[in-house]
Amino acid sequence: MTDETVENVDVRPVNKKENRPSLFIKRTKIQPKKARGNFRRLKWIIMGVTLAIYYITPWIRWERGPGAPDQAVLVDLANERFYFFFIEIWPQEVYYITGLLIIAAISLFLVTSLFGRAWCGYSCPQTVWTDLFIFVERAVEGDRNARLRLDKAPMSASKFSKRLTKHVIWLLIGVLTGGAWIFYFADAPTLLKEIFTLEAPVIAYISVAVLTATTYVFGGFMREQVCTYMCPWPRIQGAMVDDETLTVTYHAARGEPRGPHKKNESWEGRGHCIDCNQCVAVCPMGIDIRDGLQMECITCALCIDACNDVMDKIDLPRGLIGYDTYTGQFDPAPKTKLNVRFIRPRTIAYAAILALVGSIMLIALISRSVLDVNVIRDRNPLFVTLSDGSVRNGYTVKILNKLHETRHYEITVGGLKNPRIWLETKGSGQGSLLVTVPGDSLTSVKLFIAEKANNLEEKSTDIDVIVTDLDSQQRETQDTSFKGPQK
Amino acid sequence: MSEKVEKDEISGTQTTGHEWDGIKELDTPMPRWWLWTMYGTIIWAIGYWIVMPAWPMISSYTSGFLGYSSRGVLEEELKEANAAHAADREALLKADLNKVHDNAQLYQFAVRGGKSAFAVNCSQCHGSGAQGAPGYPNLNDDDWLWGGNVDTIYQTIRYGIRSDHEDTRVGEMPAFVTSEMLDKNQVNDAAEYVLSLSGRDTDKEAAARGQAVFKENCASCHGENAKGGRDFGAPNLTDAIWFYGGDKKTILRTISKGRHGVMPAWINRLDDVTIRELTLYVHSLGGGE
Repeated sequence: MTDETVENVDVRPVNKKENRPSLFIKRTKIQPKKARGNFRRLKWIIMGVTLAIYYITPWIRWERGPGAPDQAVLVDLANERFYFFFIEIWPQEVYYITGLLIIAAISLFLVTSLFGRAWCGYSCPQTVWTDLFIFVERAVEGDRNARLRLDKAPMSASKFSKRLTKHVIWLLIGVLTGGAWIFYFADAPTLLKEIFTLEAPVIAYISVAVLTATTYVFGGFMREQVCTYMCPWPRIQGAMVDDETLTVTYHAARGEPRGPHKKNESWEGRGHCIDCNQCVAVCPMGIDIRDGLQMECITCALCIDACNDVMDKIDLPRGLIGYDTYTGQFDPAPKTKLNVRFIRPRTIAYAAILALVGSIMLIALISRSVLDVNVIRDRNPLFVTLSDGSVRNGYTVKILNKLHETRHYEITVGGLKNPRIWLETKGSGQGSLLVTVPGDSLTSVKLFIAEKANNLEEKSTDIDVIVTDLDSQQRETQDTSFKGPQK
Repeated sequence: MSEKVEKDEISGTQTTGHEWDGIKELDTPMPRWWLWTMYGTIIWAIGYWIVMPAWPMISSYTSGFLGYSSRGVLEEELKEANAAHAADREALLKADLNKVHDNAQLYQFAVRGGKSAFAVNCSQCHGSGAQGAPGYPNLNDDDWLWGGNVDTIYQTIRYGIRSDHEDTRVGEMPAFVTSEMLDKNQVNDAAEYVLSLSGRDTDKEAAARGQAVFKENCASCHGENAKGGRDFGAPNLTDAIWFYGGDKKTILRTISKGRHGVMPAWINRLDDVTIRELTLYVHSLGGGE
């Protein structure tokens, strides 16, 4: 046999090397350049305000009278209370929290449908803290180019000291972040003392440690990875955004075709983008806004500042990159005025839901009763026949006194012809119908009602149990039923 | 896998080759730190096997260096709870049962403890709500066979009724026909009389004859006016509450064949604290005297 007789088969291995997809990608470190401009200024202000809110809130005092904490915002887990200025929430009123969460979610929807990912770009803690961490990095190691050089440089005393300084400050910020968090859960001045005298509960130290670690890792190392891979919100927001939503965008119609531009060269027949890549250099997400709207873009608007800076230098109108709607970005003329329809079915719907939930919450808060009564009928046995032939029903009456002082209540019953009622307080007999409830607590009493069988018309009679606050004459009526034998 | 690598035009990412209605699936590579996170969880799992109970063996399991067991945690918690209640238990043991009501906290402790002890030990006969059943008294009402004050209830629970304890309560409803003390006509008359006592329509002549039978045979325990006799656990026959049933058939059966219900003595089965708790619980149900 000779070689010529060997048939050449046209076949390729299924897992040929160049066909093998790469399953994982390494993170490319992003070294954002400092941007200057209106949006950068706005972001500094928002950072200051949000951080101030976070750090100062637990230290605000709010007088509530004796027996109650004087911290304006306090999540008191041990005593199961949540205090928010004039609002005080008990565990069974957790629906206020539900309302608050609905308002927060719908507000986010509304803002997103109007201004895109404004939450992500300006006020998300991940953005604020990352911005703070980058600020520290820049202060210690210099701006983008210096940092790139430092990354490449071999280890030296100066590099080591810069790195060390940076990490120490980052960790310090982390500790302060975790440290502020715990003050929301206990009296801040007391806890602060306890923290330093090692008397604070173990969970406080654990919380500080966990938050220090997450702040340090998320702000120093993970950064944009948190937004792109860990956070579900960017994907959800796609559903909130439509053609009329304002977003950070590159006006491709005006900018393309892009290319380097020499001084005094004509702008005829070419786009305004000089391909200087300043917009990419400042981007904390490391993307190119000129590729269009992307999942990774948090709309922090720093590329707008960078591009405006460049436009000023080359004497072109600002706004090659700017806030615009999807429909507006195809207009080749430089933007002088934004033409946005803020009132759209979507925004009206969000606003309506907000108004509705807001008013329900407001009404619920205003009419919040300081007296809660709950009447639970005995189900086993449903009723008891007494030796004189009358029928007795038992009820557990729970009286919740939300005031911070002791109150006296009287229990009365309506709906029966001639009932005999008493409380099981002394084991037997006709106890008093007066109940004393200490402030800020719940008292449970056993109520017995007996009625002659002849006076009952039905197997089940609707009755009212009325609890009256003897000091304020406030009444709470609970309807329940009185069961008897089959008629 | 398709031979040709197809790249998505917009993202530049390779596709998996899958397509649905013109929508192609991108094969976006995952960030590498996800992989490290997964390795991290594997290492964590190995650590977990070492310190926590993890692997089943043939007759037991690997218990782990920390010695954790959920049963142990429960025992620990029960011990703590009992220790926390030690003072209350001590106080209840020493207290005069008639005066526990004055100490609201102790009273609540006793009644709640009694409730759970009742569910375990008593509900089988008396029902979970102590509502009773024919032959098992309802403990919620105001009618008592042996008495409904704290001391009597305490005595009843300790020694039982017709139990095997020597201090038990004893009383007997004789079987008047079986033991040939009365004939069937006399029993019928007596039953008519008993029915008349709670104000029901009866054969008046038979009831009148029955009254004589009652005086001679029943009044010694149930009393002249049939209001019952607590010394013998004889029920009140004039009220609206019936122990075994108030219809004529049941009454006839009761008189003819007798009744011998038994309640066990609990003194050797439950500790004194529990019996005291049960006493106060039963007393609190609404009929306590």
